[in-house]
Amino acid sequence: MELELITANLGKIDPTSLDAYLAQGGYHALRRVCEATDLTRFTIELKNAGLVGRGGAAFPTGVKHEMAIRAEPNHPWPAPDWVPERYRHSSSYIVCNADESETGTFKDRVLMEGDPFRILEGMTITAFLACATVGFIYLRGEYLLAYERLTHALRVLRARGYLGKKIFRDDFAFDIEIRRGAGAYICGEETALFESIEGKRGEPRAKPPFPTDKGLFQRPTIINNVETFANIPFITLAGSAAYRRHGTEKSPGTRIVCVSGAVQKPGAYEIEMGTPLRYVLETLAGGLKPGSALQAILIGGAAGFFLRPDEIDVPLSFEGLNAIGATFGSGAIMVIDDRVNLWGVLLRLARFFRNESCGKCFPCQIGTQRQLEILERLTQGHSRKLQETDIPADELQLLRDNGAVMRDTSLCGLGQTASNAILSAVDKKLVH
Amino acid sequence: MSDVTLTIDGQSVTVSQGATLLQAARQLRQDIPTVCYHPHFTPPALCRVCVVEVEKSRVLVQSCSRVAEAGMVVHTASPRVQLARKVLFEMLASAVDLSAAPEIQAQAETYGAERDRYGKGVKRRAFPLFDDNPFYIRDYAKCIMCWRCVQACGEDVQYTFAIYRAGRGFDAHISTFEGVPIPESTCVYCGNCVQACPSGALQPRRAYWMEQGLDLKELARVSNLEQKEKSKL
Ligand SMILES: Cc1cc2nc3c(=O)[nH]c(=O)nc-3n(C[C@H](O)[C@H](O)[C@H](O)COP(=O)(O)O)c2cc1C
Ligand code: SF4
Ligand code: SF4
Ligand code: FES
Repeated sequence: MELELITANLGKIDPTSLDAYLAQGGYHALRRVCEATDLTRFTIELKNAGLVGRGGAAFPTGVKHEMAIRAEPNHPWPAPDWVPERYRHSSSYIVCNADESETGTFKDRVLMEGDPFRILEGMTITAFLACATVGFIYLRGEYLLAYERLTHALRVLRARGYLGKKIFRDDFAFDIEIRRGAGAYICGEETALFESIEGKRGEPRAKPPFPTDKGLFQRPTIINNVETFANIPFITLAGSAAYRRHGTEKSPGTRIVCVSGAVQKPGAYEIEMGTPLRYVLETLAGGLKPGSALQAILIGGAAGFFLRPDEIDVPLSFEGLNAIGATFGSGAIMVIDDRVNLWGVLLRLARFFRNESCGKCFPCQIGTQRQLEILERLTQGHSRKLQETDIPADELQLLRDNGAVMRDTSLCGLGQTASNAILSAVDKKLVH
Repeated sequence: MSDVTLTIDGQSVTVSQGATLLQAARQLRQDIPTVCYHPHFTPPALCRVCVVEVEKSRVLVQSCSRVAEAGMVVHTASPRVQLARKVLFEMLASAVDLSAAPEIQAQAETYGAERDRYGKGVKRRAFPLFDDNPFYIRDYAKCIMCWRCVQACGEDVQYTFAIYRAGRGFDAHISTFEGVPIPESTCVYCGNCVQACPSGALQPRRAYWMEQGLDLKELARVSNLEQKEKSKL
């Protein structure tokens, strides 16, 4: 059901006012951490809370933070004089992934525009625990209002001593820089994002080494999604038990879903994990537009999977969606009604991946092009739906083999997911 | 340093710490194909034909750069791996003119790649022949995008950075800065890239034209013609 764990301030407070954020309990969490003597406790709490990344890959956040905190500082650095003792042996970075380019996804934007301080507090708490002095926000280039809100927030925080040197204590220094993307989907992939910040071509690196070990500038790095950071102040203050009271056993907490397409009230909704998809569509989003019937739902964005109309009772949790062969991905829910020619949607998705592949690895560089060509061949000369008999068996096998090998061998998540939606539509006989 | 013991195709093998899965498999004389890997260059890990199945890993793993870990259970020739190799070679052959790369062709055959499986009308690498300097030609229709020339020109050998990657996706290609002719680039004609190129996309100029049947006199005429072409511009 609906729950306002991280969206409580949205639309209620002035997003440009630090005082308004403070009045809602803002920066209590950071103060709590800075005043504590046992710091490992907070990372353990984060692990126990069971928060997993909201960027798409669903990696346990606490585990990630612990890995980075424990990573060997592989680049001992000549620290300038003002650097407090606790940083002299550490050299890690905090990065907020705000590239938000997944199709149908707009939750990070809503958070950054409506409650920027919460995200920055989450990053600052993480920085304190990881002994990081520098943070980056990699922001989708098109997000102008978010850029203004964040820039303003950073200026205010610096002026009021919540960023910069001596934050709440003499030995805590941290500041955040914004880097704006230039429109490449691939630059949301964490290692391509690092390359981009480093001023290189946005091409992913082979993993391992993982970012927690060798990330930005080859140093241990904690990279999280905007929504992930937005959860951290709450968990820090309320603790893991309070957090786990929401959601399901395996997917605690809430999730912001982005509903778009043929519904009456498209938008971003914070829901408790495990809420049935039907509730989101019929109650929150107000049901389908009048006079239309449900044809399919694309969940998780372009990298996600199609669901059939009879699957809308699925609980929206990681385990619930996995059980029917889908993933939660970025939280995008695109509702497609019966007026749409789904082949057209598949072509559009194939074109998206062809255009966004960075071209580094063979399976994605060539496979995304071939996937598009196969679909173009299939749909050529058909203005209406294809019949099953229109599709030659060898073309279908080729589409499957091509997709399977992209999924299995691609260097990064882009190629690994580029055939998900298309093959799921074929397998579920949504297109024929 | 301590040693690492793992299982490859049912056999136990011990390698020194830091060894790759490829090295471990070769120690057992298991055959794993490679295209982009070269022992003298940083593995770019991009051709993916060297993938193997590692138990508990969601996707296949490139053996050329993945370091062996204790207790790994690896399969180098499972049906998943076989399909991947076959399709990867089919992809490569569908995009690139492999006529000057007999080793890659032979590998493609070994792994059962069906020629033209993607059909004849598909998009292929299409570039004019770049014959813009006295020493080597660049025939990027033959380029497999293994990055080796870029590595040779840059951080793995020469530190000259005359060529780099440009474009993306299927249109990714090797280029000078802004596509200027080689003489206008920072190229120092060390020839390392030509040496390194496995596909025949980079070839010594004189040898290339003589193979096309031109004798030395004709070759001189070709260059003159070019110079005339250029002076018109
Ligand atoms: C092609 C591609 C694009 C991605 N785009 C984004 C993005 O826009 N925002 C994001 O948070 N994560 C994105 N990711 C996921 C990141 O690589 C990474 O997993 C995430 O930022 C980690 O943060 P989290 O653990 O908080 O989810 C993308 C991944 C891939 C493969
Ligand atoms: S999977 Fe695609 S986007 Fe990722 S590295 Fe390979 S070519 Fe680039
Ligand atoms: S020109 Fe040769 S060395 Fe350079 S990327 Fe192409 S095939 Fe590899
Ligand atoms: S040889 Fe391993 S990826 Fe190319």
